[in-house]
Amino acid sequence: MNAVKLPACLSIGIASGMLLGVAIGIASGEEGATSAFRVCADPNNLPFSSKEGSGFEDKLADIIAAELSRPLTYVWHPQRRGFIRNTLKIGMCDAVMGLPADLGMVTTSRPYYRSSYVFLYRQGRGLDGLTSMHDRRLRDVSIGVQLIGDDGYNTPPAHALSAQGIVNNLVGYTVYGDYRAPNPPARIVDAVAAGAVDVAAVWGPLAGYFAPRENVPLTLAPITDTAEYKPLLFQYDIAVAVRKGDEALQTRINAALDRHRPEITRLLQSYGVPLVADYNTVPKN
Amino acid sequence: MARIAAPGAVLIVALVVLLQSFPGAKNSAAAEAGPGHRDLQTLMQDDKQWPTAAKNYANTRFSNLDQINAGNVSQLRLAWTFSLGAPRGQEAAPLVIDGTLFVTAPYAGIHPNQVFALDAATGDLKWSYAPEPNLAAEGVACCDVVTRGLAYDDGKIFLATLDNYAVALDAASGKELWHTKLGDINLGETITMAPLVVKGKVLIGNSGGEMGVRGWVTALDENNGATVWRAYSTGPDADVRIGDDFKPPYDWMKGRDLGVKSWPPDKWKIGGGTAWGWISYDPELNLIYYGTSNPSTWNHEQRPGDNLWTSTLFARDPDTGSAKWAYAMDPHDLWDYDEINENVLVELDIDKQTRKVLIHPGRNGFMYVIDRASGKVISADAYDTVNTIKSIDLSTGRPVLNEELTPSIHKTIEDVCPASPGAKDWQPTAWSPRTKLLYVPHQHVCMNYQTSEVGYIAGTPYVGATVDMYAGPGGHRGEFMAWDPVKRVKVWSIQEKFPVWSGALATAGDVVFYGTMDRWFKAVDAKSSEVLWKYHSPSGFIGQPVTFEGQDGVQYVAILSGVGGWPGVVANAKIDPRVRNGALGFTGAMQDLPSVTVGGDTLLVFSLGAVQRPAGLHSGQPDSNTAPEQNK
Repeated sequence: MNAVKLPACLSIGIASGMLLGVAIGIASGEEGATSAFRVCADPNNLPFSSKEGSGFEDKLADIIAAELSRPLTYVWHPQRRGFIRNTLKIGMCDAVMGLPADLGMVTTSRPYYRSSYVFLYRQGRGLDGLTSMHDRRLRDVSIGVQLIGDDGYNTPPAHALSAQGIVNNLVGYTVYGDYRAPNPPARIVDAVAAGAVDVAAVWGPLAGYFAPRENVPLTLAPITDTAEYKPLLFQYDIAVAVRKGDEALQTRINAALDRHRPEITRLLQSYGVPLVADYNTVPKN
Repeated sequence: MARIAAPGAVLIVALVVLLQSFPGAKNSAAAEAGPGHRDLQTLMQDDKQWPTAAKNYANTRFSNLDQINAGNVSQLRLAWTFSLGAPRGQEAAPLVIDGTLFVTAPYAGIHPNQVFALDAATGDLKWSYAPEPNLAAEGVACCDVVTRGLAYDDGKIFLATLDNYAVALDAASGKELWHTKLGDINLGETITMAPLVVKGKVLIGNSGGEMGVRGWVTALDENNGATVWRAYSTGPDADVRIGDDFKPPYDWMKGRDLGVKSWPPDKWKIGGGTAWGWISYDPELNLIYYGTSNPSTWNHEQRPGDNLWTSTLFARDPDTGSAKWAYAMDPHDLWDYDEINENVLVELDIDKQTRKVLIHPGRNGFMYVIDRASGKVISADAYDTVNTIKSIDLSTGRPVLNEELTPSIHKTIEDVCPASPGAKDWQPTAWSPRTKLLYVPHQHVCMNYQTSEVGYIAGTPYVGATVDMYAGPGGHRGEFMAWDPVKRVKVWSIQEKFPVWSGALATAGDVVFYGTMDRWFKAVDAKSSEVLWKYHSPSGFIGQPVTFEGQDGVQYVAILSGVGGWPGVVANAKIDPRVRNGALGFTGAMQDLPSVTVGGDTLLVFSLGAVQRPAGLHSGQPDSNTAPEQNK
């Protein structure tokens, strides 16, 4: 719903505008080995991406661009509603590094990781061992949930808790947050550490990255016993997205992912991403 | 223009300009003779003027001008045009004060929310003003980057920008007098409404209910921009400005801090209830009236309770902001039924009594007639296909819901009418005191709710609902109709292919004007519904028609052409019409719009028998046919 615009909230400002103009010029010409590999990303969304290039999706983009032998350029845009529509789909960039593998509006690569929503709580506060959505303790504690705030849908834990009648002890944290602050979606992790909520249900990569950076030991446990809540899903395969129908690029990205799979897995582990196949390596403080 | 904005905006500070081309004698003459020395109510009664978006405090959008009438409207011709340089949804109402027309552009183009002052008879540009933009606002605004217009009082023009600034301009020169930051784009807040000035206070409400924003209306001192009061729509009574003199019309709305207690803990803080629509004012009762938006989030399962005071009508004292009564029209809203629609203040003879009422064409599809002193509902009747609500219980004011349609993530719900935009959205009606009919532009759209789509925002995947909208029974998606609020019946109607998303205008010439999304501007006989004249324009209409008399003694009719808004972004922005659930589900109902129109930004001004005069030949000012140069 938004116009094609420079992401003016970024300090890149006019410089990125020039870059953008150049990039579009190249894209409309023939695609050669020297044309840029253009990635659309949120400049303020660690651990995924940041304008300093310090997110794991930024490192993945480096790997893929090198494999494609194309210089990497970025189009920075807050990952809010309309992000894909206003960036990838209108040709501002060639790829978005991390989207659910079955997202209908784009063509996706083979998944390069699978993660889970997790419970995040302080150790030694009576919640140790909490993993199950059926755990009776959930009725008596305050629970932070991520809220999208849009269109009648929301994060699976928020829906599942509501469906059990657990409502009054839920505290909502919008994933949009305050965009002036660094990494706005991370406030829910801060809230657990500060004791503002007893436990939070958080998408794994966000929790896995920020939890070890808090001052108190936090436990992170993938949420279990969720089958009955279908069509809600608690685990997602994440892949690289290209424009719908861009199978040439999809094929090349698949090849890059295949060739670098061990390296990519190490990369994800170094950012604390809870990988579903590898629960036991969840970082502990 | 010294305000500090986001870093990106600082870099483009050099682009920001204040333009002036007519400092001379003409303006000082206007200042002495004119607007500064007549109060707003006097201007509202002078039908040469169009001094507020709704024409008057009663929100009737009726003018006593009758030079253009049912007998001669077929002679209507284009008099002059002007391009705003921002081809997105044009919802703004032009204002006209003493021969100057003021209009503002959407938050798009080189100068988002640019303001223009034009000679109302010739279209000559007198000045323009460009606020300093914060382009991040576009990533936040829900449903196109629209504005619904300016306000005027005491020689000043008031602008509310999408990125939450209230700005006062000298109406004669365009010079900025003050600006005040009202909200934060970083928290999802925006402003799209047209401000209203009441007793020297500029009233402005926020938008952004979809983003988990907490709604408010703020009153600013028109002389310096200082906040006089702010009234929130949710939270403790002190924040909502509910005190001892608050008398709700029904007992279930009595009690302390219901704006907190009718929510799960803390949810009111992100509860919506924004106030992005219309404000009316009754000077005798000294009450302003406005409605609030839907509760946030849309998923109702996470907010059990009545979710007060969202989807609620407020009556407040404009001096203090204190609430005298409130009526929650859609407690615990399930469908995004904002009740921000206009409240038209009229006197009606009901059961042999003359009643001071407000007419509220509800988003929920019911036409409410409400006693505006007490807030009690006198009648409420469905004016479109409605199956979500069976009736309005007049003993409690509560809607009787069709429980079978209660949405849940675990089920697909089909044929929900009206769809989320409601039977009518923001597009304002017009009331003719001659025919005693309300002229209602509205949509006719139903929807399905499905729960399969995977979504992803800011690194957070989820399963969500797919909202799919389509034409209601009969296959048409819009209607322009005349409603008799005493007999409580539809008197006539014109079916339109697309939602009628423009406002309406009624005149003493017994002509009613409205525009269609497929580019027709129409004049209709107020009594018979006969289409007397229509004009095929550059782009579809979602704007507000107004009428005024120029200093040449000629009656003009003006409207902005430029499709957009919630249903129209499919035609003015790069949204794939094949993706039915785009634009919050509205795209599915609008897939054929891009085949008849694209975005536009043209102000069209009509008069009887006018011919388009060559630019520059009709003005004494030698430099008036060229736009003033901008300082880069």
